[in-house]
Amino acid sequence: MADVDITSQTMDGMGPHGTRVGLLRVLGPAHVWALGVGIVLVGEYMGWNFAVGKGGAYAALIACWFAGLLYTCVAMIDSEVTSTVASAGGQYTQAKHIIGPLMAFNVGLYLVFAYTMLEAANAITAGYLFSVVASMTGHAAELDQRPFIILVIMFLAWLNYRGVLATLTFNLVITAIAFGAIIILFLSTSGILGGGIMDHAALFEGHELPYGWIGVLAAMHFGLWYYLGIEGTTQAAEEVRSPARALPFGTLAGIMTLLIAATLTWYVCSGILPWEYLGDGVDGAVAPLFDAARLSGSTGLVWLLGFGTLFATLASANGCINDASRACFAMGRDKYLPGWFGAVHPRHRTPYRAIIFLVPIALIFALGAPLDQVITFSILSGLLGYTFMPLNIILFRRKWPLETIKRGYEHPFHPIPAITLLTLCGITFFAVFLGYGTQLVAMIGFYIVVSLWFHFWRYRFVNRGAQFTMPWPKPRGY
Amino acid sequence: MDLWNWLEYGAWGLSALLALYMLVDWLRTDSTYPEDVLTSSREGEIEALAEQHKAREAHHG
Repeated sequence: MADVDITSQTMDGMGPHGTRVGLLRVLGPAHVWALGVGIVLVGEYMGWNFAVGKGGAYAALIACWFAGLLYTCVAMIDSEVTSTVASAGGQYTQAKHIIGPLMAFNVGLYLVFAYTMLEAANAITAGYLFSVVASMTGHAAELDQRPFIILVIMFLAWLNYRGVLATLTFNLVITAIAFGAIIILFLSTSGILGGGIMDHAALFEGHELPYGWIGVLAAMHFGLWYYLGIEGTTQAAEEVRSPARALPFGTLAGIMTLLIAATLTWYVCSGILPWEYLGDGVDGAVAPLFDAARLSGSTGLVWLLGFGTLFATLASANGCINDASRACFAMGRDKYLPGWFGAVHPRHRTPYRAIIFLVPIALIFALGAPLDQVITFSILSGLLGYTFMPLNIILFRRKWPLETIKRGYEHPFHPIPAITLLTLCGITFFAVFLGYGTQLVAMIGFYIVVSLWFHFWRYRFVNRGAQFTMPWPKPRGY
Repeated sequence: MDLWNWLEYGAWGLSALLALYMLVDWLRTDSTYPEDVLTSSREGEIEALAEQHKAREAHHG
């Protein structure tokens, strides 16, 4: 450290001419917003409507708001912790500092799997969208989706490889267009601008809760789809200029945006499409917002929502590559995974090896696995991650009370959000068990096996002393 | 052969080019820089340096 001078242009410790090569701090709150909302917004364009199939339109709305409550707790807790643990790896790094190595290893794996699977699911979706456009424009034969699926993954991996600023600026633009498209569709079909085409009363009559309250419970599984991935904002922690300000600001603005987008999406789609059609995401409304635009009779809206769907899909895959690679990189840096993953590109300042390593994995799942299984694997990994968060914040507040570490954001009403989050996670686990019990048990079995492997083998390679570099005081009680 | 057939070929070709770019750059980077420089990033580096910098300033002051 003696040959480092942070005021020097060449020996600032963070460049190829200095002693350290680190990630670049170039992002602002808007990029954090784009990362979080970008990953999620595809869930508004497709996927959430399976909740309608599980329990009817009202069940989907109840699931939308309860899942919204769950994710508001996630966003508040994340904002507080990550404004203090301003480091790549997000929840993995939080777990490492606050709970311990085994939890950190598991959380790190949840993150890598959740984002890589979601990236694969998005690439499959993009391939499908290209085939729809091809058939709409008169292409007679069946389009080979594979080159488009591969191109999406390769292009976004290349973008991520070249630098984080361009990657997330790209996300900012396409996410803003996709969000704007939902607002315009709402204004155009609700009667605020021009004639309205919605008829909630007629569509809902006699179908208020077709499967009763158990249908509402089952809908919670897909209610997550409205917001799944907002917690990904924390992965930008080591690349934002001002972590204490940008992370809470971007994350909380993100969850507010999503609450608006989710409610408007439900309102528009359930007011235009019959619930039986809307709830069938395979043979019915694959992309419900796009279907609503088609029923509006406006060519402009059809194009806008068509691009919105594609942009939301690309933004999600892009954010997922960013987040999965940061989690993998952070685990490599601490030797939880091989140290090879902990490399940073000296010119582009990106975790280039982690980015490249995850490309073939995403390709294998995108080309070889069924979409619903890929999505379920992603949801379950995410859900396991949310279950860790209440434990994390309770221990964080206990070990480092408010007066010991200055936070960029202090979330209110502690421990009510933590208890609410834990309760909602329990309900959602039960909802997932109703539909995908085998996968849930298989997945938990998988994490138990890898935990044993970590405990008995991998832990000996971990950088035990060097992994804690935050200038924090000693935890209370130690 | 309609437009979409050409686009399929284009997507294959562009994917191969992007993959090749990353592969070549990866190998070139790994052979140009020593491994300990590439893996020299440390968590909380800037914060730790800033703390040290402040401590040094205070010491000089």
